[in-house]
Amino acid sequence: MSIQTDRMVQFVADSTKQVFEMMMGIQLTVGEHYTDRNDPGPMAGVVSLVGLVGSWVGTGSFTCSPEMACQLASSMLMAEYKSMNEEVLDAVAEVTNMIIGNVKTGLEEDLGPMGLSIPTVIFGRNFMTRSVGNSEWTVVPFFCGTERIEVQICLAPHKDSQTVPRFWMAGIHS
Amino acid sequence: MALDVLIVDDSAAIRKILQRVLVQADVPLGKVYEAGDGREALNLLQAQTVGLILSDINMPNMDGLQFLREVRSNDAWKAVPIVMITTEGSQNKVLEAVQLGASGYVKKPFTAEQIKEKLAGLI
Repeated sequence: MSIQTDRMVQFVADSTKQVFEMMMGIQLTVGEHYTDRNDPGPMAGVVSLVGLVGSWVGTGSFTCSPEMACQLASSMLMAEYKSMNEEVLDAVAEVTNMIIGNVKTGLEEDLGPMGLSIPTVIFGRNFMTRSVGNSEWTVVPFFCGTERIEVQICLAPHKDSQTVPRFWMAGIHS
Repeated sequence: MALDVLIVDDSAAIRKILQRVLVQADVPLGKVYEAGDGREALNLLQAQTVGLILSDINMPNMDGLQFLREVRSNDAWKAVPIVMITTEGSQNKVLEAVQLGASGYVKKPFTAEQIKEKLAGLI
């Protein structure tokens, strides 16, 4: 079993555009995807992470600025948010869950059943993220006016797909 | 007649959106109860009677499928319509939910129209 990058990028593009259009009424433009073999350097903003596990394992992430996070929360919840708070973080988490959840459904056609973790959202300045063991990320940028959003997927075959470690499964809901 | 509804989702954002969608869908809303997972929802059902449940699947502590199993095995609640609203789109999950007694299944992201259509025959 394997997944072609172009096919995965198509799942990400379709899923992200659909979530933004249906839940927020926001039209996104898809940028040129690329592969990043390095972990992201120090960054600032909002990052939301969801784990994927099955015969392939990895992480999906959603990255945007605080301003974009407030904009998407305002559109989604029909309330005005001008600064980061719990409701904005919750909205970003749910957007990530929907995007990566729909990508997962597409990936399952090629990679078999997968589980999805509960999202984790991080907001701050000068922080780094690292995916231990595999740092090849497929990055799909999106644009909304002057704002840039990135959806990234890092996936690798599980070294023993029959034996998923218990510590990893503990946080995963199928 | 007003319909009391229980919304079960670990995302406060989705619970808020679903409340709004129910109003847009012309559901004659009575009280709306919220729970963040299946366990909390079961505790709530011990004290409250509802006419409709909307539930996510992917939740901590007790997921939506286990919650569905518990509700359908309880004589007091087994007739309550339960619509699963979830990002889980794989056919085996849909099938499992239907086999466990789900009254409907809506995939996230959703529109108010989709929820309205799903509820049309249930309430």
